[in-house]
Amino acid sequence: MKLVQSWGRLDSKLHQVVLLTSPQQSKIEIKEKFPGLAFGNGRSYGDICLNPNGFLWNTQGLSNFCSWNPETGRLTTEAGVLLKDVQQTFLSRGWMLPVTPGTQLVTVGGAIANDVHGKNHHAFGTFGDHIIRLWLLRTNGQEIECSRSVNSEWFEATIGGMGLTGVILKAEIQLKQVSGPWLESETIPFQGLEDFFSLSDSSESKWEHTVSWIDCLAGINTRGIFMRANPSKHIEREKTASKPKKIFFTPPISPVNKFTLSFFNTAYYWIQRGRSGKSIVNYKDFFYPLDGVLEWNRLYGPNGFYQYQSVIPRETGLDATREMLKEISRAREGSFLAVLKTFGKRPSSGLLSFARPGVTLALDFPNRNVKTLALFKRLDSIVEEAGGALYLAKDNRMSSKMFVKTYPSLEKFLPFRDPGITSSMSRRLFGS
Amino acid sequence: MLDTQPLFRRIIIVGATSAIANQCAKIWLTAQSAELILIGRDELKLKQITSDLKIRSPQSSISSIFVNFLDEKSIQETTQLICEERLPDIVLIAQGALPNQEECQHNLNVCRAALEINGISPILFTEGFAKFMAKADFGRIIVIGSVAGDRGRQSNYVYGAAKAMVHRYIEGLQHRIAGHCHNLSILLVKPGPTATPMTRHLQAAGASLASAETVALEIVEASNKHKTQLYTPKKWGIIMFLIRHLPSFIFNKIRI
Ligand SMILES: Cc1cc2nc3c(=O)[nH]c(=O)nc-3n(C[C@H](O)[C@H](O)[C@H](O)COP(=O)(O)OP(=O)(O)OC[C@H]3O[C@@H](n4cnc5c(N)ncnc54)[C@H](O)[C@@H]3O)c2cc1C
Repeated sequence: MKLVQSWGRLDSKLHQVVLLTSPQQSKIEIKEKFPGLAFGNGRSYGDICLNPNGFLWNTQGLSNFCSWNPETGRLTTEAGVLLKDVQQTFLSRGWMLPVTPGTQLVTVGGAIANDVHGKNHHAFGTFGDHIIRLWLLRTNGQEIECSRSVNSEWFEATIGGMGLTGVILKAEIQLKQVSGPWLESETIPFQGLEDFFSLSDSSESKWEHTVSWIDCLAGINTRGIFMRANPSKHIEREKTASKPKKIFFTPPISPVNKFTLSFFNTAYYWIQRGRSGKSIVNYKDFFYPLDGVLEWNRLYGPNGFYQYQSVIPRETGLDATREMLKEISRAREGSFLAVLKTFGKRPSSGLLSFARPGVTLALDFPNRNVKTLALFKRLDSIVEEAGGALYLAKDNRMSSKMFVKTYPSLEKFLPFRDPGITSSMSRRLFGS
Repeated sequence: MLDTQPLFRRIIIVGATSAIANQCAKIWLTAQSAELILIGRDELKLKQITSDLKIRSPQSSISSIFVNFLDEKSIQETTQLICEERLPDIVLIAQGALPNQEECQHNLNVCRAALEINGISPILFTEGFAKFMAKADFGRIIVIGSVAGDRGRQSNYVYGAAKAMVHRYIEGLQHRIAGHCHNLSILLVKPGPTATPMTRHLQAAGASLASAETVALEIVEASNKHKTQLYTPKKWGIIMFLIRHLPSFIFNKIRI
């Protein structure tokens, strides 16, 4: 038995960890050691990747590339490969992942199971939109190859399917052609949510990537920094990346509190404001700013932290976001990481995918138990009222009632669950 | 006719499906293209690893050989064939299997198999390559031993005995070439418990192990510096120093 935590470090529970090392060995292993759950790199914040006291199938040994077509840019890879490995291997040949989340330290399988999104949703959709085929292993030993045309119902259930339909062994991904590691970016400070929306709307047709940081303590006078970028043809030798720094210990009490926070947020706003304008940036700095500090999640102290990420349709988006920010600033909660972004109109590939047209707000909250949970209750009602939903990759506490109401394709998903797979989250949300 | 092919480094990996060896291969190929020959026992896994490495390094030439690890005749033929074609720049000997100690005590077949695959086989391969490389005074040989070879412990002394044999053997080989070889280096690696398929049961039992990637990075670095011995991760050098020097009357009281 081994103690395993997810990224939020809210608790640490014993698991029977089973290392999967090859597709053929996985088949034998999970047929004997079940019920269980696939585990990628534990970069989900809550309980979606945990199965306390039960089996956890660690997929990191599924780490081979299987085939690569340099003409079409199609890569078939085992599911335990990290996105970092894909980016590093193919960038120098002019190919990259079309969609990537804010950290490259996640596995291909984890990125599919949460159907993750990046800063270019309005242009490229979600990770699942670029999956051509995948190979799914069920706990009864059955292997299902599925795509948009073959076994398509399995394909739709598995993308964004929280690992509950089977273990993804391999996937074929369509990479995107790029001319190098550089992006032309522009940073624009803004005041007020209206400003944010108008910047988003006017940027989406011309800029591939858009995202905003906001000062969550500023209340209704929301101020923030809008960032947009396009791939650049700028040819220059890549500077050697600086070695990532690492937080080696967990401070006994979190240094993130309302005093330091308001200081940090104000300082960050003014520093970024000073840097506003155009520049050429490396993809790593733009896509993965947090990967530069390994294990930064320890900064929230031994109690861990939550991330609360919602999506609200555009019609209700402005009012609901304003309402949420008001609640957060009134509670003097929240943290340094507060991200606001609009999703484009395209529907996602998966039945339970999170990304849908609207505006998404993501915030970290140090875990202060009852106080934090009470705030979340108030935020939940705003989200529900506005016809929005919460992101399962980040959640650790939503009620099953809210889940059922906000994920309308749930009924369609249920027949595809693998009875040999269970997680903390599935027990909380599905009752099994 | 002029051979216009660039002369890549020639790297031979015995036990190529081992997680540490596989990580070393990835590191070498990321740094520069090479001619890589993978030697293993599991044909399907060798095939998967070969196609993975070919994708990572399309300029490299990668081939695999399927050999019986305990048959001295095939080992002799394979090492000779490789060396006569062109001397390797790097040879990594990485095969091994962690047996269940109790099973070794009850079943002498299991005990013999453990001694052979962890002790005899690496020695036969090393000797096979050393014959040519020592004569030419060229290249680097890296052999993966284990901290288990430093002192016999009740929990894994059969495995430890095989690794101790490898240790003594490498010591002798290093002694043999000392003085007249200046360009051939021989590195004995002693990894502490590493997260690989071999230690699956230790991981399941909750041990916190080094990653194969970290261990491989240290191996490549040590071999670039022509080191002769490496404990990896480094803390194992200190731990094993203490364990080796514990007096028996204390050592025998602790169950490790
Ligand atoms: C700093 C940071 C930034 C982030 N930014 C973003 C972002 O911008 N956008 C976004 O969408 N997400 C973001 N995330 C969340 C992250 O992308 C997802 O949680 C991702 O799914 C984690 O992948 P993982 O490999 O660590 O999987 P885990 O967290 O280990 O597992 C996630 C889920 O995938 C399942 N799973 C894993 N492997 C397999 C497999 N082989 N077969 C079947 N199921 C499998 C697990 O069972 C689990 O349900 C961020 C996370 C961090 C820490």
